[in-house]
Amino acid sequence: MKYVEEFRDSAKARALVKEIERLVAVIGPNGRPIHIMEVCGGHTHSIFRYGLEGMLPKSIELVHGPGCPVCVLPMGRVDDCVSIAQDEGVIFTTFGDAMRVPGSTKSLLQAKADGADVRMVYSPLDALAVARKNPDRQVVFFGLGFETTMPSTALTILQAEREGVENFSVFCNHITIVPTIKAILDSPDLRIDGFLGPGHVSMVIGTAPYAFISSFYKKPMVVAGFEPLDILQSIWMLLKQIAEGRCEIENQYARIVPDQGNDAALNAVNRVYELREFFEWRGLGSIDRSGVRLRKEYARFDAERKFDLPNVRIADPKSCQCGEVLKGVIKPWQCKVFGSACTPETPLGALMVSSEGACAAYYQYGGLKQSQAAE
Amino acid sequence: MNSLPPMVKPARALGKLFVRSVTLAHGGGGKAMKDLIDDVFIRAFDGRGLPLEDQARIELADIAARGDRLAFTTDSFVVDPLVFPGGDIGKLAVCGTVNDLAVGGARPLYLSCAAIIEEGLAIDELREIANSMSATAREAGVKIITGDTKVVQRGCCDKLFLTTTGVGVIHAGTRLGVDRAQAGDVVLVNGMLGDHGAAILCARGDMMLEAPIVSDCACLHGLIEALLDAAPGIRFIRDATRGGAATVLNEIAEASGVAIEIDEDATPIRAEVKAFCEILGLDPLYLANEGKLIVVAPAAQADDAVAAMRAHALGRSACRIGQVTGDDGGRVTMRTTLGGRRIVDMLVGEQFPRIC
Repeated sequence: MKYVEEFRDSAKARALVKEIERLVAVIGPNGRPIHIMEVCGGHTHSIFRYGLEGMLPKSIELVHGPGCPVCVLPMGRVDDCVSIAQDEGVIFTTFGDAMRVPGSTKSLLQAKADGADVRMVYSPLDALAVARKNPDRQVVFFGLGFETTMPSTALTILQAEREGVENFSVFCNHITIVPTIKAILDSPDLRIDGFLGPGHVSMVIGTAPYAFISSFYKKPMVVAGFEPLDILQSIWMLLKQIAEGRCEIENQYARIVPDQGNDAALNAVNRVYELREFFEWRGLGSIDRSGVRLRKEYARFDAERKFDLPNVRIADPKSCQCGEVLKGVIKPWQCKVFGSACTPETPLGALMVSSEGACAAYYQYGGLKQSQAAE
Repeated sequence: MNSLPPMVKPARALGKLFVRSVTLAHGGGGKAMKDLIDDVFIRAFDGRGLPLEDQARIELADIAARGDRLAFTTDSFVVDPLVFPGGDIGKLAVCGTVNDLAVGGARPLYLSCAAIIEEGLAIDELREIANSMSATAREAGVKIITGDTKVVQRGCCDKLFLTTTGVGVIHAGTRLGVDRAQAGDVVLVNGMLGDHGAAILCARGDMMLEAPIVSDCACLHGLIEALLDAAPGIRFIRDATRGGAATVLNEIAEASGVAIEIDEDATPIRAEVKAFCEILGLDPLYLANEGKLIVVAPAAQADDAVAAMRAHALGRSACRIGQVTGDDGGRVTMRTTLGGRRIVDMLVGEQFPRIC
């Protein structure tokens, strides 16, 4: 566990928290807390898992952003998945945490219970292996996630092409992070003072595409790793920028993230995908050019072209306040349906779906903060 | 009139199975079924020569002499794969039921075993599992004295399901209960958590990961006897099976109306299991165990309890992992490595690997 334990050192964490407290005092009270959004669901998970939020000064409020790809998947797309999976000739393969996402009538887990051949895989290459083993069945992989997982799906399609695998396709729901951050920044009720940038996405795209955040929107960002010390150091770096009146894109996760990104991954992404005009997000509505689809050259691997999909747009439940939570306007427990109509067993809103979603994380790990706020 | 010669029922010769796999005929109630039962189960369970009847009969006087209450439990076992590093479904079925009796303070005595077999299961594999059950029972000092065999069509079960029912006797004076935890009590475990769950996930091969992790599957009644001798004031013991340590802790907190805080640094988890969970985004506190106990002991007896467990082969890594912090409860929290605190809640559904 070397190279992991070093990033979980409690003495170093305490020292960082002291430095953060010092910077908060330098910044001084301005009548409202400092709002820091962690864009990535992986950060949200680490923050809760290590109890980081409770270690920070009360004047820092972490806003849990839209970076859980499972959470932001619209209901209609889940219905499409279920429709494909229920085709008798199909083996539908998916990452595990997408199994429970509710569609308008059922989740993939329920579809499996009803007889659909839904299988959990850990990578798209595993799905391709399933296709090789079952030449008489159509094997569909549920392509899901930001730039983090986009290259592995692209490389798998290229591999399938090289091998001439005919019974493999991808239901592409990959999304892209930059337009999403832009949509949040354009929100009139925005209350974010700085961003923790998504570490895994940045490993692929680098830090350069975020330049507009500091230059146009005048907000600082620190691309952050996922270990607890990474996150604390990134918060410290953000506060230092604020205290010094700077506004830059900094890279705390330089051991993984090259500023210019990963050429091989980007090449595969650019070769296989093209931007959609718009893509629907749970909790955020439609965002222009925020999703990708397979290029025409790869049409034979495109499940959207291979299968007849219901393709119905299902509106988010009216009672859900996911959008306001995502923008930091309210905390998860202030939502009208949090913990009552909306729980991890019966998620109504996007953020209650995956353990990386802010509401699910608060429900599972965050009761302390919630009860402290209530006291 | 010539009288017919008296009927003499010859003892059936064993070793009559000449087929390689179980067929529906082996569940038909006729000769094939008798051969299967004789050749696989009776032979493995040391029951040769005993008349086969529909029930086992136990002397009440013998039971009554050993304690003042009868403990009775049943459990079904479904696991894929049937054989995994550190055990198999047969060992699991014996250990699981022995442990369910023992955590209540009972001395396990007798087991029954019902097998639901999918047609097509290899006879050799079934024989290996029956032999493993027998060896585990012999080591544990319990007898498998009755059972049932069914064969179902291919696709109607997953290779083999086992149900074991156990009876045991509780010593007079032993009082354990999930609702007995009190503020100030100490929470103990007998060793590394999560080994079984991680071993099964690795053995399944779904995750394309290989790790040198072996199931902790073991009968714990000997350890529990030593524990209760050393610390008779122990409030509660439970084996942390499906749902893992986190689920047991939540059950204690809820039933006793107490708050429990555990310490992440004190919670023993093997480095390989930690790494496996890191990769998949799983929490080892929710992984299944088949040889691990969660013990709630009064503070004054906690050191004796830990010492007694460490003196036993199945408790070498025994330690304190936390304490009962108050009566205001039902909540389990963890003091994290970093010094933060988080809620350790009941798991919703199954743990799924995270996307990234």
